[in-house]
Amino acid sequence: MIASSGANASLNAKLGWATIVLTVIALCMAIFYAPMDRVQGIAQRIYYFHVPMAIMAYVAFFVVLVASVMYLRTREMKWDRRARASVEIGVLFTTLTLITGSIYGKPIWNTWWTWDARLTSTLVLWFIYVGYIMLRSYTPELEQGARFGAVLGIVGFIVVPINYMSVTWWRTLHPEAIILQPTPAAPPAATETLLVSMLAAFLLYCWLLAARTGLEAARDENRELEQELATGGATYA
Amino acid sequence: MGAFGRQIVAVLAKDLLLEWRTKDALTAMLVFALLVLVTFDFALDLRPEVMGVVGPGVLWVAVVFSGTIGLGRTFAAERDAGTLDGLLLAPLDRSALFLAKLLGNLIVMAIMEAVTLLAFAIMFNVQLDLPPIVLTVLLGTIGLAAVGTLFSAIASHTRAREVMLPVLLFPVIVPVLIGGVQATGVALGNPVARDMPWLSLLVGFDAVYVAVGAILFEYVLEE
Amino acid sequence: MPPLTSGAGIAPSHRPVGFHMSISSASATPLLSARGIMRRFGGALALRGVDLDLHAGECITLLGPNGAGKTTLLRVLATLLRPTAGRIVIAGRDVGHEAAAVRRLIGLVGHLPLLYPDLSARENLRFYGKLYDVPHLSNRVEAVLDEVQMTAAGDRPVRAMSRGMQQRISLARAILHEPPVLLLDEPDTGLDDAAQGRLAGLLRRWAAADRAVLVTTHRLEWGEQVASRAVILREGAVVGEVAADGRAGWLVDGYRALVGEADDPLSRPLSPARGGEGTDVGPA
Repeated sequence: MIASSGANASLNAKLGWATIVLTVIALCMAIFYAPMDRVQGIAQRIYYFHVPMAIMAYVAFFVVLVASVMYLRTREMKWDRRARASVEIGVLFTTLTLITGSIYGKPIWNTWWTWDARLTSTLVLWFIYVGYIMLRSYTPELEQGARFGAVLGIVGFIVVPINYMSVTWWRTLHPEAIILQPTPAAPPAATETLLVSMLAAFLLYCWLLAARTGLEAARDENRELEQELATGGATYA
Repeated sequence: MGAFGRQIVAVLAKDLLLEWRTKDALTAMLVFALLVLVTFDFALDLRPEVMGVVGPGVLWVAVVFSGTIGLGRTFAAERDAGTLDGLLLAPLDRSALFLAKLLGNLIVMAIMEAVTLLAFAIMFNVQLDLPPIVLTVLLGTIGLAAVGTLFSAIASHTRAREVMLPVLLFPVIVPVLIGGVQATGVALGNPVARDMPWLSLLVGFDAVYVAVGAILFEYVLEE
Repeated sequence: MPPLTSGAGIAPSHRPVGFHMSISSASATPLLSARGIMRRFGGALALRGVDLDLHAGECITLLGPNGAGKTTLLRVLATLLRPTAGRIVIAGRDVGHEAAAVRRLIGLVGHLPLLYPDLSARENLRFYGKLYDVPHLSNRVEAVLDEVQMTAAGDRPVRAMSRGMQQRISLARAILHEPPVLLLDEPDTGLDDAAQGRLAGLLRRWAAADRAVLVTTHRLEWGEQVASRAVILREGAVVGEVAADGRAGWLVDGYRALVGEADDPLSRPLSPARGGEGTDVGPA
């Protein structure tokens, strides 16, 4: 059954509240509590959202990899739903990573975009999983789409480290790359803010994943009912 | 040679024989590759001064775009003629089918690349240090063909198959493109090219994706 | 009412002339055994729990209106489609676990000839022979070409052949590796009467040599010519079987008795929910 049953709904609600509370805390900490960066100024505060978003995007796509492998092994639709949901959330997080990265960079480097290793790799990642979404939408049959998606989910993630390596070698001596790394001697307030923000992002991911997977389950049921009606015959559920 | 090897040879021989008779894919790829080179000349005004820096990129774009056309045909032809069922019906190992198609694509693409390289050298008056460039192009093509054969099978089952293949293929082969262009640049003495172990990267990419493709292929083909 | 048995107990004098049947077929283990075959496409169930047995030495026909699931069932039996549920065992081997070994045992003649248009008949056959590891390939290719009477045209490219000729090469392809199970999907379409008769003869001879043949068809008269038993499929489920009892017209009578339509029922959709419109008139 879909996740609108009582127990699941209350768990989702709790997750949702926890996420909202933690996000508000993280926001406050980022704006008021974290120390002002001497070099980069107030814009540096975006870092506290940019980095967790980026990390969770990669986590989301790793989950897609796991769900893809599990689907091919078990052929249970629930794994495909998780993969589909995680791809969408991952693309959302990747988009936000790119946007926050861009906003972060503008006041510092006076440019909206830079071809440094991390941003470029993230951009390629974005294209891979947007391609996944396109593939699913162009494959009308659900089971076939699940198989194709699973193959792409595996192939797409495997290329991530290779891609990162190739882009980094390509842009070895690019100065911007150094700025994006956290300074080793970060003040404790900055580290705390980052951790809280990370936790908020993690909860956000879990909440969205649960909600989205439930939505996909409802959609699947809907599709099946539509197709039953279209063929006009009495079929088994 | 085991049964697995014999099957690969049988399918490969059949594909090469068909290609020899019709020359469909080769002609399309050759014409398109040459067209891309010429288009780049109009678009970028490729004077000798810039060829050192821009040249490798122009060459690789021609190879990738033209290769995509050839790869797209791998399964479209089998599906249109209905003969894919004949292959699936037989006790043919799906990995063997993948490797046979991969080798077929590789051979036809290699022919296209040889001619393109020659045209490139002539049109833009570039001195080519052949051994490293040929090796680079070959290694890059293996990776391109591995991912392309797998994705071509997927794309041929979807609507808008001509669009689907490049959309899926291009992001995944970025390492091949970067590695290929940089290594070619180094071979051509391009001052801006980075001297990193690009060929090892390409070999790694190839090994991973030939293996992954062979393993995942059966999941793409089953119905 | 035709008896719903396999006909093994019928006295030889009551069987149609030229009709051969292995006497042991009723008691032997089936060569092909399918149980609970279900196949779902999206939300619709094309096959809902089909059970089917094929014995060596028999030729049976699968009948049913358009959309009944005949082609789907055939493709599942041929391992081209994975069943959503169910088990198929061929010559003691489970299709789910030993797919490659099982494929060697099956020959399929479908709607499409599965031939490469730009290769000649011989080249096509040699290719498939290599895939199936057929021993003494050259001799075998000539033998099957002779069986379908296409020896002279063997070197012509398939694209230059008529549909009937392509059909014959397709049949040659299917029997090239001497599979014990032969599946054919409406092979009689597009053939003239003489060719249909020849095909029926070929299939009966093939079955008599201790093989199992399953033929789907739209046409009851041809079904009678070729088969000794008919399985009737309707909306993805088996509704009954009819066996030959030595009388001409056994299939037509048996079918009508089971399905209960006055005129040719095979082209009309059977579900009352669709308003019972008979859009097709006559067999395909």
